[in-house]
Amino acid sequence: MKVLMFGWEYPPHISGGLGTACHGLTKALSRKGIEIDFVVPRLYGDEPKNGAELCQASGEFELPCREDISKIENSLSFLPIASTMIPYESEQDYADRMKRRFENPKGRFSETKRPFSQAERRFGKRTFSVSLQGGYGGNLFNEVRRYSMVAGSLAKQKDYDVIHAHDWLCYKAGEVAKKISGKPLIVHVHATEYDRSGENINRQVYELECQGMEAADAIVCVSEFTRQTVISKYNQPSSKVVCIHNGVEPQNCNKRTEDNIFGKTIVSFIGRVTYQKGPDYFVEAAAKVLEKDRNFVFVMAGDGDMLDKMTALVAKKRISENFFFTGFLKPDELKQLLAQTSVFVMPSVSEPFGIAPLEAMSSGVAAVISRQSGVSEVLTHAIKVDFWDIDAMSDAIYSIGRHKALSDMLCEKGKAEVAALTWDKAADKLSELYNQIANKTPQI
Amino acid sequence: MKSICFYFQVHQPFRLRQYKFFDIGRQHSYFDDFQNDWICKRVAQKCYLPANKLILRLIERTEGRFKVAYSISGTALEQFGLYAPEVIESFQALAQTGCVEFLNETYYHSLASLIDKEEFAIQVDMHRKKIAELFDCQPEVFRNTELIYSDEIAKSVKQMGFKAQLAEGAKHVLAWRSPNYVYANYPDGDLTLLLKNFQLSDDIAFRFSQQSWQGFPLTSEKFVSWLSHIENPDCINLFMDYETFGEHQWQQTGIFDFLEHLPFEVLNRSDFDFATPSEVAERYPIRDKVSSVSPMSWADEERDLTAWLGNDLQNDSFAQLYSLKEAVMKSGDENILNAWRRLQTSDNFYYMCTKWFSDGDVHKYFNHYDSPYKAYINYMNVLSDLRLQLKEYL
Repeated sequence: MKVLMFGWEYPPHISGGLGTACHGLTKALSRKGIEIDFVVPRLYGDEPKNGAELCQASGEFELPCREDISKIENSLSFLPIASTMIPYESEQDYADRMKRRFENPKGRFSETKRPFSQAERRFGKRTFSVSLQGGYGGNLFNEVRRYSMVAGSLAKQKDYDVIHAHDWLCYKAGEVAKKISGKPLIVHVHATEYDRSGENINRQVYELECQGMEAADAIVCVSEFTRQTVISKYNQPSSKVVCIHNGVEPQNCNKRTEDNIFGKTIVSFIGRVTYQKGPDYFVEAAAKVLEKDRNFVFVMAGDGDMLDKMTALVAKKRISENFFFTGFLKPDELKQLLAQTSVFVMPSVSEPFGIAPLEAMSSGVAAVISRQSGVSEVLTHAIKVDFWDIDAMSDAIYSIGRHKALSDMLCEKGKAEVAALTWDKAADKLSELYNQIANKTPQI
Repeated sequence: MKSICFYFQVHQPFRLRQYKFFDIGRQHSYFDDFQNDWICKRVAQKCYLPANKLILRLIERTEGRFKVAYSISGTALEQFGLYAPEVIESFQALAQTGCVEFLNETYYHSLASLIDKEEFAIQVDMHRKKIAELFDCQPEVFRNTELIYSDEIAKSVKQMGFKAQLAEGAKHVLAWRSPNYVYANYPDGDLTLLLKNFQLSDDIAFRFSQQSWQGFPLTSEKFVSWLSHIENPDCINLFMDYETFGEHQWQQTGIFDFLEHLPFEVLNRSDFDFATPSEVAERYPIRDKVSSVSPMSWADEERDLTAWLGNDLQNDSFAQLYSLKEAVMKSGDENILNAWRRLQTSDNFYYMCTKWFSDGDVHKYFNHYDSPYKAYINYMNVLSDLRLQLKEYL
């Protein structure tokens, strides 16, 4: 089984859970003998070598043939671009023009732009070069377009059985690769626009997601929670959508012996400080707990567009004596914090899966998690509350901090429970799906 | 006769280093020695040394008719001692001319006058001693941090034995009255007040190099002609940061040339002379009493406290800082006491200001944090460490 996989990030250069999940998944799949070529916009050279064959979508690629180019342009028609039709043009002129187009997808035809060298003209080199930034800044749609063009070229290079694309930034690439190679496509939903933005969605992103799901032969969701969103908000037939829960890498967990400097119970929020993660509910719950008992210290670790607002809220509630902000933490600092943490809280408003509480639990930390998360489907030994229920949240935090029997049990059982949530399980399900789908004729 | 009264504020805070969550309980050094050293030396080169040299020359050339007053915060003096001792020597040379008056303020350039009278008095006393030690003089005139003034503060200042205090000529306090006369405090009338003419002061301090300003370019001739058009003034009080010369207004703007020509222009072409605050207070009659129930300052459009105590970040950190006082005193630890007092310096709260609109540019200039929120987080981390050090006394 050979899989062409499209992702947007890979450890250690990650900004969220996507890269971690891709790494865990591809590692487990390759243990099962599945060959994966994993494409990311850009490689840094310090990525771990175990697992998939990594390649980057920046560099020099072969220009697809005329027929394929029109297929690519067709699937990218949603992203605005000028028409390519010019009558009476030689093959070479056409290739030159396409090359320019591929390298500068936003520009219109302009013969003055980046003239070809004599050598290139003589030997008729039919390649184009692309350089991608990766990450999430800048003109994302432009990056998506170029990434997809490279995808079209890569799909022809080898004979793959399945194409697998992770999250909306890669859906177009998957779609194009499917068109060019005629192989079946799986899109993997780690998050939807509804998770990221609530009801105020970005229509362009939503449209891309819809098109990707429409083009796919099967849709994998990281939780039942997400599967329901895909069925109801993206109108996908339930038979096409399957749930495969994420796993967690076994942590080389340091025992929680490190006493903290405050001599108080540390409660941590670890994640991006954005709407989706519900940081405001964490602050509200902290204020409720501190009203009763000042023997708690709350730590918000992470960066995000709501950080300033949260800082002001903490000042306003006059709880800064027991509330700290660390900013974004490096892996070793994160470990240090977890080693001192007694209660981990994930108050997400909408969390497709949520790998963070699993990492905390496998280091022996008790977790309070929002019911509006995929991970709550696979956990029993964590306290689940609705994200908006500050009373229940503060109650849970207070109880774990106060009652040793409760925290001991949650730590111990929780650790065992998480140990059983391996990526191998996810890989089993996924390889079954690969087999099913590879044997079917893809629907184009 | 009419007088021009120049007063310059000289201040440098002990800036905090980046103090992270993981430093709490492990690291008790809070101050950025490297940055403080660097800034101190830079400002000394650009402002203090050349300006002092020029003023000394002006005093000599006018045969003592040019006079100025300084207030140098204790934290600034301390840093000069550490990083640029030649600055102290140049101030001492000025002191010896007899044409320079040194004013008294809080050693730590703090806001203590607003919250803790006892601490306020201690810091004023510390400053008095420092000034006496370095310049061999006993200040009789007081100026509070950022010219913060209220009826209440005036009482404390009088009790400490001062005969006069400087304050802002704020419109909301003076109303129709002019700042160009000597006033006294309300209701007692036993403390003389010199009020800043903010129009003319800010023409030099803020607008000097502003090309969009209709007074641009400002020459000494032009400035003196403006002075001559003022109707029957007693005194024109020009109060500003000393860093105006060479630091806020770079040397290239011609600010030093302006200063160099101004005394001769004034003495030769107008009926003004120069006087120190003490001389002004003695020479001119008190025309009226002014009252400021809530504190006023010389900052921003509002002339109030909102630059330091205007939002939740500032109010919270300010309250928490002073809530540690008892424990700090009980501990008897000199290092802790010193750190606690340095944390009182008003700049720390200024960095947390969120009024980014009308005066945002001025605020940004003085701020080495990229956001008021980061300033707050950093400050609170330091306070937490201080609190942990004081654990047994709380």
